[in-house]
Amino acid sequence: MGQTFRRITPQLVTLALVVLLVTVFFPNFLAVSFDGTRFVGPVVDVLKRSAPVALLGVGMTLVIATRGIDLSVGTVMAISGAVAAWAITSGYGLVGAVGLAIGAGLLAGLWNGCLVAIVGIQPIVATLILMTSGRGIAQLITEGRILTFSDPNLAFAGSGSVLGVPFPTILWIATAVVVALLMRRTALGMLIEATGINRAASALAGVNATVLLIAVYMASGFCASLAGIVATADIRGADANNAGLWLELDAILAVVIGGNSLLGGRFSIAGTMIGALIIQTINTGIMLSGFPSEYNLVIKAVLVLIILVLQSPNLAADWLFLKSMLKARRANVRSETP
Amino acid sequence: MLLSIRSLSKEFPGTKALQGVDFDLAAGEVHALLGENGAGKSTLIKCLTGAYRRDAGEILLDGAPIDPASTAEAQALGIGTVYQEVNLLPNLTVAQNLTFGREPRRFGMVDRKAQSAKARELLAQYGIDIDVERDLGAYSVAIRQIVAIARAVEISGKVLILDEPTASLDAAEVKMLFSIVRKLREQGLGIIFVSHFLDQVFELSDRLTVLRNGRKIVTERTRDIDRLRLISYMLGRELEETAREQRTASNSKDQKPMLRFEQLGCKGVIEPFNLEVGKGEVIGLAGLLGSGRTETAELIFGVRSASTGAAEDDTGKISHGNPREAIAAGFGFTPEDRKVDGIVAELSVRENIILALQARRGWAAPLSRAEQERLAEHYIRLLDIRTSSADKPVGELSGGNQQKVVLARWLAMNPRFLILDEPTRGIDVGAHAEILRLINEITREGMAVLLISSELDELVAACDRVIVVRDRRHVAQLSGERITSEAIVHAIAQPGAASHTEAA
Repeated sequence: MGQTFRRITPQLVTLALVVLLVTVFFPNFLAVSFDGTRFVGPVVDVLKRSAPVALLGVGMTLVIATRGIDLSVGTVMAISGAVAAWAITSGYGLVGAVGLAIGAGLLAGLWNGCLVAIVGIQPIVATLILMTSGRGIAQLITEGRILTFSDPNLAFAGSGSVLGVPFPTILWIATAVVVALLMRRTALGMLIEATGINRAASALAGVNATVLLIAVYMASGFCASLAGIVATADIRGADANNAGLWLELDAILAVVIGGNSLLGGRFSIAGTMIGALIIQTINTGIMLSGFPSEYNLVIKAVLVLIILVLQSPNLAADWLFLKSMLKARRANVRSETP
Repeated sequence: MLLSIRSLSKEFPGTKALQGVDFDLAAGEVHALLGENGAGKSTLIKCLTGAYRRDAGEILLDGAPIDPASTAEAQALGIGTVYQEVNLLPNLTVAQNLTFGREPRRFGMVDRKAQSAKARELLAQYGIDIDVERDLGAYSVAIRQIVAIARAVEISGKVLILDEPTASLDAAEVKMLFSIVRKLREQGLGIIFVSHFLDQVFELSDRLTVLRNGRKIVTERTRDIDRLRLISYMLGRELEETAREQRTASNSKDQKPMLRFEQLGCKGVIEPFNLEVGKGEVIGLAGLLGSGRTETAELIFGVRSASTGAAEDDTGKISHGNPREAIAAGFGFTPEDRKVDGIVAELSVRENIILALQARRGWAAPLSRAEQERLAEHYIRLLDIRTSSADKPVGELSGGNQQKVVLARWLAMNPRFLILDEPTRGIDVGAHAEILRLINEITREGMAVLLISSELDELVAACDRVIVVRDRRHVAQLSGERITSEAIVHAIAQPGAASHTEAA
């Protein structure tokens, strides 16, 4: 536990600084109140709105740990959302709709995993195929329109709350905790890391790298389908063109801000989750602080740049060097002044 | 003195890598630097080339103190280095590599004609005439090595450091390299030569310095020292008798073999062969590089799929079509290139040791942390793996210790048949002897070993039986008293074989 905490300390500090920055521009940011049925406030909103990126980030962390990348997750969100909306309007019921949507996500992951692990296509290319073609599949399901539904049970996944906490918040936190425990309480985490660092050596040691890779992409598809269900339920409709658009990039960003290397190997799901929170805090903060909306993306870009520069290992070395220089200078000054 | 190092010290967390080391290099001499893994050779060289900053001591070049902060600075001062894994760019042409960073320019553009002419002129000094417009990667390691030397001498020109330059060269290439080194010596360069091959040290060097545990043990003229004394300096103990121990496993002959491979083969890779493996037997596999030694191992372990043949033990047929099946059948395999196929560099020593065991148990049955630590501690002690902690990333260990970690990974599985492909390549004398001792020990308990090696002494010392491979065929088998270096060389060099032997 202590180790995990030490690993994510930089991310926690960054999150605190971002929250502090937002609070300077919007003093009521941390105010939370209870309106009789649920908690409300900017922070609750951040915790809810970070659900899609956080969910995608869970799967993306695992994929990146194997030295891969999954560009298709935004599209898979759209497909799963479309499947859920189509199934609920066709009368398959809540269980059917959720089951089919998750099934679609797993199938997408299986496709990606087979391309990467068996056919041997580079992950960025393999998942690009589904990223671009998948929106077409989603459009076929929705027949090119925004497929709306009114089923309150499915809508609960987007806007419901349990004990005052928004359901999406509970879903992403629960998913992250379950997956993190699955990784660290079993040997999966280590085997995934070993495969990501050296697939050849791992295979020679008897690690079933092929199955592991396919499983990881399926996990990513599964997480994307959950995010798709949440996004669709939130607006009570499936928008094949815009659901999850560009979110794969935010998910990758969350992984990177979370301190995980794009070269694979050691990973931390907790780090990614804080990364997702940082991104959403920035998004919400910019909106709340009242800057003209055309500045939003620029401000976000600048903040992300600052965060990544501060976290870069090169800078850490420079910082240590600077510190030792200052120390030496101070020691010199002391020895020169009697 | 061209280069003087005075009481150089360098400390890393947990280890004193160098403690007050002195070292002198005269112009026009080849000075060999020797020591076991972890003795401090690499650290000393890295302090010289600016890759590390020293903690204490001074370095004088031509009498003037220097303190290089980067390899570029060291190069500019006159200290050039050529590493075992050549530090050039294989996807650029030879000419581009030779003039990299100092391309001749014309109107601001690279002048390719002048570039090629300059490269040809440079290589001509070394008696090499090759197409400099081709990619460097198209040439052999030896040529790449010489290109690297040419570049280092051209840029630096005072001190040349050769770090294990001969590790992947065959005998003829070593000869070519040595003649070039001698020529450079005549031109007045000071050359530091790091090698594990004692023969080469005696052949090439004028003086030698031995380091052990971060301290300088001795500097002597090479012709004043004999091999036995040198080894005892390096190991810090009197050398035990290295003669062939009369192995006791030969009783396995009377028994039924434990494993039988019949007509195992793969088209275009190796012709079908039969192999019987007895309990506790050490079988050597001798042959030149590319003769089919490694391919034999890969077929047995299922890294390559066989097109013909079958394997069986007392209980019946065994499938070994991929590494997982081979492991399930009780096989183990330490590959030749431990960096590429052996270690998982960023995982800890502990995780590397338990990796195969965990993979066999499956992801859902994790070894408890306590059990992992117990196993790691056990093998770190048993194999004398030098690491400050079981949680250190294995990539930070020296080569010999990495090899021991890979060995530990398989010993933890307790296989019945362990294949070791060049287990002692690139590791020092001490670890070398230890690994041979270990082979002896594990086979006493019934494990069978297939030992692939280029070093005939090693095969003679360790094996009950030696199979000779030539031109992708198993051509001869020697056993008992008939295992001698001469007999093996003879079998390798049968009519039609190449005139030089890499193994000799």
